[in-house]
Amino acid sequence: MIDLAISFWEWLPQWIQILAENILYIVIIMVPLMLSVAYVTYAERKIIGYMQVRIGPNRVGPRGWLQPIADAVKLMFKEIIIPTSSNRYLFLLAPMLTMAPALAAWAVIPFADGVQLADVNAGLLYIIAMTSMGVYGVIIAGWASNSKYAMMGALRSAAQVVAYEIAMGFALVGVLMAGGSLNLGDIIDKQAGGFFNWFWLPLLPLVAVYFISGVAETNRAPFDVAEGESEIVAGFHVDYSGMAFAVFFLAEYANIIMIAALTSLLFFGGWMSPFASWADVPLLGDGFHWFLLKTMFFIYMFLWIRATYPRYRYDQIMRLGWKVFIPVTIVWIFVEAVMAVMQIGPWAV
Amino acid sequence: MTLELLNYAVAWPEIFLLTMACVVLVADVYLDDENRNATYLLSQLTLLVTLVLIAVKATSASETVIAFNGTFVSDALGDVLKFFIVLIIAIVFVYSRDYLKDRNIFKGEFYVLGLFGVLGMMVMVSANHFLSLYLGLELLSLSLYAMVAFDRDNPNASEAAMKYFVLGAIASGMLLYGMSMIYGMTGSLNIAEVATAINQMGDTNIVLIFGLVFMVIGLAFKLGAVPFHMWIPDVYHGAPTTVTSYIASAPKIAGFAMVMRLLAEGMGGLQADWQGMLVILAVLSMAIGNVIAIAQTNLKRMLAYSTISHVGFILLGILAANNDGYSAAMFYTLTYALMSVGGFGMIILLARAGLEAENLDDFKGLNQRSPWYAFMMLILMFSMAGVPPTVGFWAKLAVLKAVIDIDMLWLALVAVFFSIIGVYYYLRVVKLMYFDDPVDETPIEKSRDMQIALSANGLAILVLGLYPAALMSLCVSVFS
Amino acid sequence: MSFTEGVFYAFSAIMIMAALGVITARNPVHSALSLVLTFFATSAIWMLLEAEFLAITLVLVYVGAVMVLFLFVVMMLDINITRMREGFMRYVPFGIVIALILVVQMVMIVGPENFGLEQFAEPARHVADHSNTKELGRVLYTDYVYPFEIAAVILLVAIVAAISLTMRRRPETKYQTPGKQVMVKKEDRLRVVSMKAEEKEK
Repeated sequence: MIDLAISFWEWLPQWIQILAENILYIVIIMVPLMLSVAYVTYAERKIIGYMQVRIGPNRVGPRGWLQPIADAVKLMFKEIIIPTSSNRYLFLLAPMLTMAPALAAWAVIPFADGVQLADVNAGLLYIIAMTSMGVYGVIIAGWASNSKYAMMGALRSAAQVVAYEIAMGFALVGVLMAGGSLNLGDIIDKQAGGFFNWFWLPLLPLVAVYFISGVAETNRAPFDVAEGESEIVAGFHVDYSGMAFAVFFLAEYANIIMIAALTSLLFFGGWMSPFASWADVPLLGDGFHWFLLKTMFFIYMFLWIRATYPRYRYDQIMRLGWKVFIPVTIVWIFVEAVMAVMQIGPWAV
Repeated sequence: MTLELLNYAVAWPEIFLLTMACVVLVADVYLDDENRNATYLLSQLTLLVTLVLIAVKATSASETVIAFNGTFVSDALGDVLKFFIVLIIAIVFVYSRDYLKDRNIFKGEFYVLGLFGVLGMMVMVSANHFLSLYLGLELLSLSLYAMVAFDRDNPNASEAAMKYFVLGAIASGMLLYGMSMIYGMTGSLNIAEVATAINQMGDTNIVLIFGLVFMVIGLAFKLGAVPFHMWIPDVYHGAPTTVTSYIASAPKIAGFAMVMRLLAEGMGGLQADWQGMLVILAVLSMAIGNVIAIAQTNLKRMLAYSTISHVGFILLGILAANNDGYSAAMFYTLTYALMSVGGFGMIILLARAGLEAENLDDFKGLNQRSPWYAFMMLILMFSMAGVPPTVGFWAKLAVLKAVIDIDMLWLALVAVFFSIIGVYYYLRVVKLMYFDDPVDETPIEKSRDMQIALSANGLAILVLGLYPAALMSLCVSVFS
Repeated sequence: MSFTEGVFYAFSAIMIMAALGVITARNPVHSALSLVLTFFATSAIWMLLEAEFLAITLVLVYVGAVMVLFLFVVMMLDINITRMREGFMRYVPFGIVIALILVVQMVMIVGPENFGLEQFAEPARHVADHSNTKELGRVLYTDYVYPFEIAAVILLVAIVAAISLTMRRRPETKYQTPGKQVMVKKEDRLRVVSMKAEEKEK
């Protein structure tokens, strides 16, 4: 039986082999990712619930564990209403355009030493390019709905994302300078040596800028003026229902996980253990569990921020992006250049 | 790769100008409108020091130096042209102040963009590489587009800027397309290497010739030679007069440098091909420019068409394709820039708040209002027409001599014929000034520095006409 | 046809269709989106040419930033397409003639007889971990440092020009200064006036 399978596999043309292999890898990454997206929504409701001294969802399944599944089933069976005089194709294309880049970026993420789908030289650049494309879904959704509120949300989102993308890009230039490579594997290798050798220490202002910009890029509270339910109902996705809405929802959480994972990769050593000297002790050595733990911590930060801060006003968002973050990153890139010349920190030979 | 290999010492004037342009830009942000004069003074100081740096560099090291890995060349031609570019823009700045103040557009951006434009011209002049040439051209053009549109509330200026921008972009595209073909064939963007490669390939390669055609079209657009002249009258007319005086003067010098670097130095092997193209451009420019200028009642438009005809003359010198021709064309370009800046300076002199003084009628009876400035205008017009004691005569003579030397007598005759037609409209201005009664009796009130500069400008044309030898021998020495 | 060739033809076809869409679409937003697709397909083709840095930068800069702002503007403008098309037919014959001349020239010049494999050898393929990002960086900051700097100055001029042409202070507009609003004190707004108590009318 196994022999038969192997000979069948070898009989296939090479390009089908490549294709099948890659699809398998993609499934291995995507399925757990989708599951975690579902449970991040549950975690959000539960954590914010506790923070606000209420219980959160507790009806479906034990302690509400099946709530996300129930939500998904509900949304799947709802009708997708396409507004009259909206642009039908773009209306349906928009949710997919939001989702696709959020998933595509995972191709280059190293989960553990050498475990990644594609080891690309320009991996960091690829990630910036992918995350910068997420805004199209929002803009197209806002425009194709042919509704005032949706349009307002789309315009707000476009301006905001472009503003914060620059700061984010500059923060990543800082990482690039410290890592000396665009390859994510190399960047993590450069952080070897325990908690105080990770990049968060020499790049402290950039960590803050990157993470906050990440919150703004994903249109999360306190930067969620694109949705702004108190002013423009639900912003760009006001006209979406059923599965089309669900895809927007999933994409938002997929992006949160993405930003959290990237923060832990680029500034907190990815799968590196913080206790470099205890590498022999089980579970304290390097491994995937560290990456998971760090990512979960940053997802928790997202939720924590949402439960804590009130929403920014629109002009304050723009001021923070253009007049605070961009100058901070530029100054710190200069400081890094000085550090590199003086051979301090990660640049020590 | 070390810094020493860059040889950047020969680029001190450019480096200084760039630094100071940034300083002016930042300083201007912190000035309020009452202290805007400081921006002006700082810009003038910048130009002055740049002038000194160029002169020092030219006298201390005049041999040809290639710097920045072959993208920059420093030679005698570059030094002389740069010196005149900076000098003429300094004059433009002197003329600009009152005019801008009268129209409430006395802003730092004019001077900042002006300085960046000068930098662009200097980069063009010193280019030894298609890339640096193109980038210098774009730097200049971008500054010019913005300066034309600078008076935002004037719909004419906006229209002119739009036309200039669109046509300029097409011209840049043509130039780039030509460059890409040449690059495809020769495998290099370095002008010297391109020249060697072309000499090896000979002048029958069809790709090279097509590349050359596109390049010449691009150059003709930028210079404003017929049939690529459509933008010139509209832009000269629509732009604020100070900006017109900027566009009409120094950029022509940079354009001359561009033609020299590309055609004479880079495409020397294809000389037979571009010579024919330039003949057509030159004849058409002289014909259309001089004939249509007669019909103009607006002085700025008239000078625009006169520019077109002068470009035709400059091309005459270049198409002779020998050192005499080049030096004649260079002499013509330098003196033309001086005349042009003076001509527009006169319009600025008569303009005041609420009056552009751009119509021929505004010059009626200037002799009764101010004999001295009527005399200055007389010199300028005589010089543009090519009447003897002025320098314009010598410029035309040198160019014609170069053309006759290569046995193109018919071309010289055509040139003479059209410049005689041209004399008509220049003399019409003189007639209006001396034999008509003034419509407008307002006394001419302009600041002292502008009056001095304009007088010096006019007298320089007369003096150069009486003693042309020094400038002429300078132009000849550059090419020997 | 190898796998690479198949990818090349697929993306070329997408690119040409999208480019046609840019100029034929009646709706400017559709045009802009077609342009996005064109950039995307172009970047895929560049990727095949081993220019991964340029390919990703094309997506990052043009798709991720430039076109977003472009769409932003196009969506805000209310472009009357029928009016823009007026007089279009009048120029069509002229346009067709120019286009034909250009096509003929291109076929004559940029064809394989001038730029084919006989004239130019096929460039060598690089090994998988060859970093052309590093190569580009090295060349840009050494051999081409001068054009690179000039390009930077051009961008600076573009910024200055854009700001000087668009930024205007309008004294007539009313706006809030949140800082001042927050800093306001009771004394600035409220005046306590001591008045005599009303006397009872007799």
